[in-house]
Amino acid sequence: MSHQTDRPPAAGISRAEVAHLARLARLAVTEAELDTFAGQLDVILQAVARVGEVAAGDIPPTSHAVPLTNVLREDEPIQCLPRDEALAGAPDTVEGRFRVPRILSDEEDPG
Amino acid sequence: MVVRATVEPDLEDVVRRYEPMIGLEVHVELGTRTKMFCGCPTGFGAEPNTQVCPVCLGLPGSLPVANRAAIEATIRIGLALNCQVASWCRFARKNYFYPDMPKNYQISQYDEPLCTGGWLDVDVAGETGDTVRVGIERVHLEEDTGKTLHLGGATGRIHGATESLVDYNRAGIPLVEVVTRPVAGTGARAPATARAYVAALRDLVRSLGVSDVRMEQGSLRCDVNTSLAPVGAGEWGTRTETKNVNSLRSVERAVRSELIRQAAVLDRGERVVLETRHFHEEAGDSTPGRSKETATDYRYFPEPDLVPLAPDPAWVAQLRAGLPEPPREHRRRLQAAWGLSDVDMQAVLNAGAVGLVEATVAAGTTPEAARKWWLGELSRRANEAGVDLAEVGAGPADVAALQQMVDQGTLSDKLARTVLDGVLAGEGSPAEVVAARDLAVVSDSGTLIAAVEQAIAAHPEVAAKVRDGKVAAAGVLVGAVMKATGGQADARAVRELVLSRLGAA
Ligand SMILES: [Zn+2]
Repeated sequence: MSHQTDRPPAAGISRAEVAHLARLARLAVTEAELDTFAGQLDVILQAVARVGEVAAGDIPPTSHAVPLTNVLREDEPIQCLPRDEALAGAPDTVEGRFRVPRILSDEEDPG
Repeated sequence: MVVRATVEPDLEDVVRRYEPMIGLEVHVELGTRTKMFCGCPTGFGAEPNTQVCPVCLGLPGSLPVANRAAIEATIRIGLALNCQVASWCRFARKNYFYPDMPKNYQISQYDEPLCTGGWLDVDVAGETGDTVRVGIERVHLEEDTGKTLHLGGATGRIHGATESLVDYNRAGIPLVEVVTRPVAGTGARAPATARAYVAALRDLVRSLGVSDVRMEQGSLRCDVNTSLAPVGAGEWGTRTETKNVNSLRSVERAVRSELIRQAAVLDRGERVVLETRHFHEEAGDSTPGRSKETATDYRYFPEPDLVPLAPDPAWVAQLRAGLPEPPREHRRRLQAAWGLSDVDMQAVLNAGAVGLVEATVAAGTTPEAARKWWLGELSRRANEAGVDLAEVGAGPADVAALQQMVDQGTLSDKLARTVLDGVLAGEGSPAEVVAARDLAVVSDSGTLIAAVEQAIAAHPEVAAKVRDGKVAAAGVLVGAVMKATGGQADARAVRELVLSRLGAA
């Protein structure tokens, strides 16, 4: 499940999978919403799965729409955003920093 | 807090019963001028959120473009580690919900790293001088995360915190991850091997000039994997990953303490839990963090906003041709040129003086003299000032100039140290200090002879003793001359002059 290009499109999505996704995204989803979202996601997945129906076995999976490689930039600094603008969309700030609620327990701290 | 077992097995005892395995993941922050996918500058210590733009803040509509210098630096690290460079690879999104990345994903590499399958030969310090070939699994490129500050908790860590403050200056700085293969067979020297590997990797990356690799500033960070298996078990034990290991000394201590902890767990008939542990610098031990069994599912997928990388063989060949001599070979060549034993060379290495001695020799001194200055007086001064030897305030050119004045007899050893005081105090080059402080040795024989005559005249009874063969008494006269010349005469020359004037030489 970790590398989705290697995996055929899902035929369906279970309530348990939706609950798992919701937990990863830290979304509080009610029991009723699990059914709703499972149904909606199923429609999306089935739409995407139709691509698999027309792609023959000799067509490799692709991740990019244009056949380009090595699009690189030179190591030249640009003008940054002024801090006021950088912080303008923040829900709250303290001393020039974004202020957010704690979201993970100690056990899940990725740092 | 960790509850310590009342009796901890020692490492020698542990390795009689268990085979240690170690693995290291080292993150190197590249020293590019700009970030990985945007043109924001990367200077250390800027005011929070002053080095950010729509790309590294993940604002809608912004698009990343890879930094050529970062790609080249990563390929050069891979080549220096004897890796294969991928002919085609992609970046991947590592999805997770945590505010240190404003996009809710980190751009990394997953199953298509830029470089794979290399090795690094590591000299493990010690009497036997063993070399361990550490296999390199992969070298990949990703972006660093922002810095979070947790409020409400007691320690600044997330535990007990009610909110987090985030600075995205570091978010998006290119970060190279170097992952070893499992390293087995090092026994009780596993901790020293881990340390030696990180030191060797640091030296290698520094020699490439792609990062300042300063562990104390976080531009080189290390995670240590450790496991134990009963001797002869034929399979690896369950490993733990210790994070927050931020000095060479800590690498060694983290491996040692974890091997001993795991042995105690196994001795009690329990299982080692697959988990991430946090190392505590002060205590030298670690406490459990996230359990790997419930680790986050990162849902990697190819980054759609960045096109694949396909390094052209000619480009790779050009980068390979530009690699410097590897530090290990460089050191061996210097050791032979300087005629040093392994122990003496190790002392130069431990002092961090290889480059300084090399540059001093290049500036015209003998290896012996250069080594004496850097490992003696200058190491002492650096120690007193609490700075690195390279930042002590005198450079190879100063040391070479000082030594040349000593060799020419312009300065005595004592005066040379006084001149060094001036150089370290920022008074200029040795020649400038000598001129400003009027410090050259009094070697003008007329001046010296006059001072000697005066001393003999002032101490007739001492002079009589010396004439009678009591040479030891001459010290009084030498002292008087040294005083009269303000300490700027060469004491040995004065002594010879006194003795010859009194017919005792
Ligand atoms: Zn930026």
